[in-house]
Amino acid sequence: MATVTIDGYTIEVEDGTTILEAARKIGGEIVPPTMCYYSKLKGSGGKCRTCLVKVAQTSAQNTRPMPKLVASCSTPVQDGMVVQNITSPEVLETRKAIVEFLLINHPLDCPVCDQAGECDLQDLSFKHGVDTSRFDEGKREFDIIDIGPYVKLHMNRCILCYRCVFTANQITNGRIHGVLYRGDASEISTFIKNSIDNDFSGNVIDVCPVGALTDKTFRFKSRVWFLKPMDAHRDCPTCSGKAVVWMHGDDIYRVTARKDQYHEVEDFICNTCRFEKKSTSDWVIEGPRKIMRTSIISVNHYDKEKQGSVINPVAKKIQKPAEK
Amino acid sequence: MSLTNRTKVVSQKRMSFLERLYLPAIFVGMGITLKHTFMKKATIRYPEVKRPFSDIYRGRHVLKRDEQGRERCTACGLCALACPAEAITMISAERKPGEEHLYREEKYAIVYEINMLRCIYCGLCESACPKEAIFLTQKIVDSEYHREGFIYGKDKLLEPVDKDKRIDVSKRQTPEVLNFKKLPNEKHNI
Ligand code: SF4
Ligand code: SF4
Ligand code: SF4
Ligand code: FES
Repeated sequence: MATVTIDGYTIEVEDGTTILEAARKIGGEIVPPTMCYYSKLKGSGGKCRTCLVKVAQTSAQNTRPMPKLVASCSTPVQDGMVVQNITSPEVLETRKAIVEFLLINHPLDCPVCDQAGECDLQDLSFKHGVDTSRFDEGKREFDIIDIGPYVKLHMNRCILCYRCVFTANQITNGRIHGVLYRGDASEISTFIKNSIDNDFSGNVIDVCPVGALTDKTFRFKSRVWFLKPMDAHRDCPTCSGKAVVWMHGDDIYRVTARKDQYHEVEDFICNTCRFEKKSTSDWVIEGPRKIMRTSIISVNHYDKEKQGSVINPVAKKIQKPAEK
Repeated sequence: MSLTNRTKVVSQKRMSFLERLYLPAIFVGMGITLKHTFMKKATIRYPEVKRPFSDIYRGRHVLKRDEQGRERCTACGLCALACPAEAITMISAERKPGEEHLYREEKYAIVYEINMLRCIYCGLCESACPKEAIFLTQKIVDSEYHREGFIYGKDKLLEPVDKDKRIDVSKRQTPEVLNFKKLPNEKHNI
């Protein structure tokens, strides 16, 4: 076991846990934002650098700080480590720069994009971004293509987090798409635009943190904040059948997997549930889904309960933080 | 005990003979009427005479087109979200190849309706719009015989393609917006 202090909160975690996972154990505001790391996908993380934190003390033996900011999603904790996230101005400043980098090639076409309102990049730039752009050069532009019958790829919006590639690798059997080329020229593509026809391929839509991969059956149908998300389930021979149906009146506009507070899918669902079951008779509706108060989707849905991520009572707040 | 402090004791005294005639009171009333006939009038003869409107008067809406006559609205729904009266509804559609001269963006509003009876002319839709598509104008909503007539669709809201008949909204825009619109590199301005 290792004891680690993050922003003044101390918690004990298994050896080999990453700083990010330790922070998520503590919970609350001190959890670094992530754009590429996905706890359900092996090997994910380390691409976007949004989760950078400052390690003020490497371990109990080695009290020196780490020379550079580290990616918390891929750095394991050591016993006695002291980490600063939101208490370090350096981290916040760098995060601002990272957002600027992520937005270099992003078209910012939120008014058109179906992901708007539930987009991690939107949230991130709202919280950490600057409201002006210093970027004068042209942005990368790609044609919008279909990957398979259900998924649209807007490569312009992609931030190359590789989550979809890991999903295709790990959740579906046999992946047919990946990242082509390198660096500035990288793009997501399928093998000769091969269609992805696999039972679980639709999950790439849910793991994509931006609107690069979107649901063709929901394309431009509505805006997420006009719909009412409801927990629902059905007997599905292929997957758990636990999903969220997004309703408008009695119509189901789209079906997605259930996501936790870090916007990660709880149970991956199959394409039949996601794309073909759009009638209320297919589903057993359990009730309205809890949406965080801060989300635009909760607008006009008043709820007294306090929601969102709170500090885990196990984590102890130390009186005098180690950093000065 | 009184519930409010506005109670008034009514006098029950009998009226005198003159008072019972009512004539003096009638002449006083007529005098006031006559005086007002020669006074300056508070009303005007609308619609022959119109009062000056503020440049940013909030009257009926217009859906703007861009320089090339394409519809600016991309059916993002932000105006409907901002609207406190829930007066705006829309249905979006995808632009087909070959329709680039009609719609500015990949997505456009195929149906866009404002219920002018619900609208409170607050102008929040105008502030919310990221595409400079919706503006309030100095025009007043016409009267109608039926409620249905107040649901304005794109046929009534959209401004004409004809350059001379466009509605000028530049006075409604802040100096910041006007400056921004001069930047050649912004895709917004192309
Ligand atoms: S398409 Fe989406 S999930 Fe895939 S790499 Fe791009 S941003 Fe990530
Ligand atoms: S002016 Fe106000 S009430 Fe009227 S449509 Fe716009 S936002 Fe709604
Ligand atoms: S008028 Fe503006 S805010 Fe309303 S849907 Fe169109 S683009 Fe969006
Ligand atoms: S979440 Fe850690 S680098 Fe992307």
